[in-house]
This record gives sequence, C-alpha cells and structure tokens, in this order.
Amino acid sequence: MRRTIEDRIALSLIWGGASLTIIFLVWMLWHILANGLSYVDWTFISANYSVTDKENSGIWPMIVSTIYMVILSIAIAAPIGIMTALFLTEYAKPGSKVVKVIRFCTESLAGIPSIIYGLFGMTFFVVTLGLGFSILSGALTLTILILPVIIRTTEEALIAVPLAYREGSYGLGASKIYTIWRVILPSAMPGIITSVILSTGRVIGESAPVFLTAGMVARIPDSVLDSGRTLTVHLYKLTTELYTVHDWNQAYATATVLIVLVLAINLVTKLIGRRLNKATY
Amino acid sequence: MSDVVTVNHAPTAKQSGQVVKALEASANRVDWANHLFKYLFMLSAFIGVFSVGLIGYFLIKEGMPALSYAGVTNFVFGMEWVPPVLFGIAPMIVASLISALGAVVIGVPVALLTAIFLAEVAPKRVADVVRPAVELLAGIPSVVYGFFGLVIIVPMVEKVFNIPAGNTLMAAIIVLAVMILPTVIAISETALRAVPRSYKEGSLALGASPMFTIFKVLLPAARSGILAGVVLGIARAIGETMAIIMVMGNSPAMPRHLLDSARSLTANIAMEMAYATGLHSSALYTTGIVLLVFVMVLNATLLYLNREKAR
Repeated sequence: MRRTIEDRIALSLIWGGASLTIIFLVWMLWHILANGLSYVDWTFISANYSVTDKENSGIWPMIVSTIYMVILSIAIAAPIGIMTALFLTEYAKPGSKVVKVIRFCTESLAGIPSIIYGLFGMTFFVVTLGLGFSILSGALTLTILILPVIIRTTEEALIAVPLAYREGSYGLGASKIYTIWRVILPSAMPGIITSVILSTGRVIGESAPVFLTAGMVARIPDSVLDSGRTLTVHLYKLTTELYTVHDWNQAYATATVLIVLVLAINLVTKLIGRRLNKATY
Repeated sequence: MSDVVTVNHAPTAKQSGQVVKALEASANRVDWANHLFKYLFMLSAFIGVFSVGLIGYFLIKEGMPALSYAGVTNFVFGMEWVPPVLFGIAPMIVASLISALGAVVIGVPVALLTAIFLAEVAPKRVADVVRPAVELLAGIPSVVYGFFGLVIIVPMVEKVFNIPAGNTLMAAIIVLAVMILPTVIAISETALRAVPRSYKEGSLALGASPMFTIFKVLLPAARSGILAGVVLGIARAIGETMAIIMVMGNSPAMPRHLLDSARSLTANIAMEMAYATGLHSSALYTTGIVLLVFVMVLNATLLYLNREKAR
C-alpha cells in the first residue's frame, strides 16, 4: 500500500514537471502573440522605422538586414562546413591526429559563448581587417559561430549514406570526386538542408555578437559594407525605451514576428525530417 | 598512338613496362584531381582550427594590458569596477556563478522530470506533442526570453517580494532556468534511453514498481549522461548575454542577496564594449578571458564525464 502511494506521488511529479515545461512555453507564446499579433499588419512589415512617428513606424529595414545577414553568413559558412564534413568523413583517416585536432577545435567553437564571438569579430573583422561596423563583419562573425552546427549535421548526413552507394559508384569506374558530387552529396541533401535551416535559426536568433559587429543603424543598408540592425537587436533596442503605448506595441509586434519565424523554421525542419525518415536507403 | 601497346605474343619485358607506365599515368591523372579536392577540403577543415587560434590570440593580446595594469589578483578578486581606474570583476563573477547555479537548482529538477516523462511515462501521442514543444523552446531567441522576463517575470518578482525594482538576480535565475530546460531535457532523455533494457526488465521482474525502477535503477544508471546535460546547462547559463542584461539590473556592485541588482560577466562586456576605449576596452577583453576560463573548466568536466560513459 505504501509503495503505491509513493508511486502515485512520483508519477504525479513527473506529469507535473512535464506540464510545467509546457505551461511556460504556452504562457510565453500566448502572452507575446496575444499582445503583438493584432499590431502586425502590412504597414508594420513594410514601413521604415521612425522614431518620431511611432504609430506608422515599421520594421522593414530590420527585415532586410536580417535577410542580408542570413544569406551572407550561410553563403560563406555552408560551403566551408560541407567541405569540412566531406574531408572528415570521406578523406581523412578516422582517428588520425588531423581529425582529432579539427574535431577538438570544432567542438571548442561550439562551446564558446556568443559574446566572445562578438568581442573577436569586433577586433578582427571590424578593426583589424577594416571592414567597419557592417553586415559583412556581422556575417563573417556569425559564419564562425554556425560552422560547428553545419559541420556536425552534415557529417551525420554523410555517415548515413550507405557504404554500398560508394562501392557501387567506384565499381562502375567513377572517380572519388565524381562519386562525392553525383552520389554522396545528393543522397545526403536532406540532412545538409536541415543543417542550413538550423543555422538560419541561429543567425536570426543571435543578438550579442551581431550588435558588436554590425552595429545598430536602423535603416536599410546600402551594401554589405554598411551597418544594419537585425530583428533581435531591434527588439533589444525597443525594450530599452518603453515609454508610450506605441513603444510597447512595437516591441510586442517585433517579438511576434521573431516567434513566427522560429515557428516556421521548426516546422520546415520537421517536414524535412519526416521526408528523411521516409527515404529508403 | 604511340602509347597504345599491341600484344600479339607473350609480351616482352619492354612491352609490359610500357603497359605499367600507361596504367600508372592514368592512375596519376585521377589522383591529381583527387588530391586537389582533398587539399581544398582539408583547407576548409582548417578554417575552424584557425578561428580558434585567432580568437584565443586576439583575446589574450587585447586583454593583456588591463591584466598587467591591475594584476590577476586585483582583477579577479577586486570588488570595485570603476573604469578606467579600478578593474575588479569579483561582483560579476559572483553574479554569473550565482545566476547559473540558481538556474540549475530550479531548472534541472523540472527538466529531469520532463525527460523521464518523455523517455518512460508519456503515451506516444503526448510525447509527440511535448518533444516538438521542447525543441521550440530551444529555438526561441534569447532576446525574446529577455523581453518576456522583462514584462512578466520582473514585475512578478517586484510584487511577490514587495521590492521597488524587480530587475534582480532572482528574475535572471527564473529566466535562465527556463532557457536551460531544452538542453538538459534533450541530453537527459538520450541518457535515459541509452540505459540497457535489461536493467529495467530485471528490476520489474524482481517485483519493483515502475516508479521505483525509474528513480532507483534508471536514473543512477544514466547518471553521467544527466550530469553532462547539467554541465551543458550551466555553460549555456554562464554564456547567456542578452536575456540577462534585460532582467538583472546590471549594477556593477557586489550583490548582497538574491533580490539585489547584479551584472554578469557577459553583460559587462556587452554593455560597455560599444563605447570603451584604451585600458577600459582591454579590461573587457580580460573579462572575456575569465568567462572563457569558466567555460573551459566546464568543457573539461564534460570531457571527463563522457570518458566515463564510454568506459
């Protein structure tokens, strides 16, 4: 009898713990969406940001900066990450010193707090290389930050490609690079796309390393060498000056846009994952 | 035409030599392209290695002046942060450690129960809803956590503890506790699932209840994996920047209790970097070095834990 009472307490604790996790998520999403969704309209999305006319102020420049940041950092990081993964899985001897060094450094990169990337990006890209506070400096900094994600996910995808595919290709007389290009990469494509989407989420979500390297100028950047303010940095700036009801609306609406983006990214990752599971190797 | 070798009779030594040479030539041609790509890929792979080196180099190079000006002891144990004269970051170290440990104290039990729920208790349909929800929690930008903390948690702390300003260590601890949930849940669940089935079956066959099995057999067996999750959670909490800036008040004085405003190491860097110059700027890099030392200690712990698991 005593055992069953203890069991019931334990079971309800487990359900309680899981519920607490879910309640917090739902609470956060509900609170932000309920306060922000009604303020997100076409004007808010497409208008320029204005400090004076808060009612008709929008986030178009931040959307553009965020898109620049995502495209640029992925365009640099994806090829490097994929080639690194190819080297680790297809070329290097497993367990060799080179592999150990590369793996150790990649893991170290994954563990470094993002603010340190900001510090580094500021000294190296902004000052030493003279790129200034610019989208390019920010994107290069984020490139290093997302490299571990791309390398690890791509590696997993490459390892999942059956050995028989490679043997079949070599058996037909194809060269190594032809096999990689026409057989291995296409088979690993869903995994590689997943890694790119995951890093898109990282780039959109980062803020500390971004404002230290890309600055906070709230207008559409003229070029990649111009400063820009991403959505997350914008939300941070808005929260430091919450005075009128319009300020609050702006902040809630920006948070809503960010949450919708994150939801969309999660959904797409799920869909690709499902296709990946269906694919029969 | 000269490299085509026709053989009508048993090949002479010269002829077979030609065949070997032709084969070698074709092999070399393939190898050449192969080598080119191999080195291209290897070069890419070393970009990560160079990056680690560069980050370390610049951090130390920029942080050295302030460190030699103040001295390691004064810097790490100094109580006063008055740039560009006094660089003591003891208050920030304490704030970072307390907020991370507090987050672990609140967050880990919840995370562990959720992980048990997902691995052992939840019906499949419920798990299929809870797991994506946890993943979503991991994807939400830290600024959004900070915003939520600012509009909900900070006023709540104000009301519950009846204090004038809710931007306190307590608010940061609550926000961080939620932020580390996905990390700890995911790794603990994996660790629980990795426990051999026979452990569970043996325990149940001996007449132990499912709950006894979970708490007295599965949890101890998954201990090192769960600890690894906790260490990663601490690392995430110590490295968190924006959410903390938005809810902790950022006063550089030593916090006296949990309802005091405080500034973390990360907040110190992020808030002052934009305008700092000279020694002041250097002191922020030194703050970064101290932060990195903490993260390295945590990573070494993780390595040790994983080694034990592999054995």
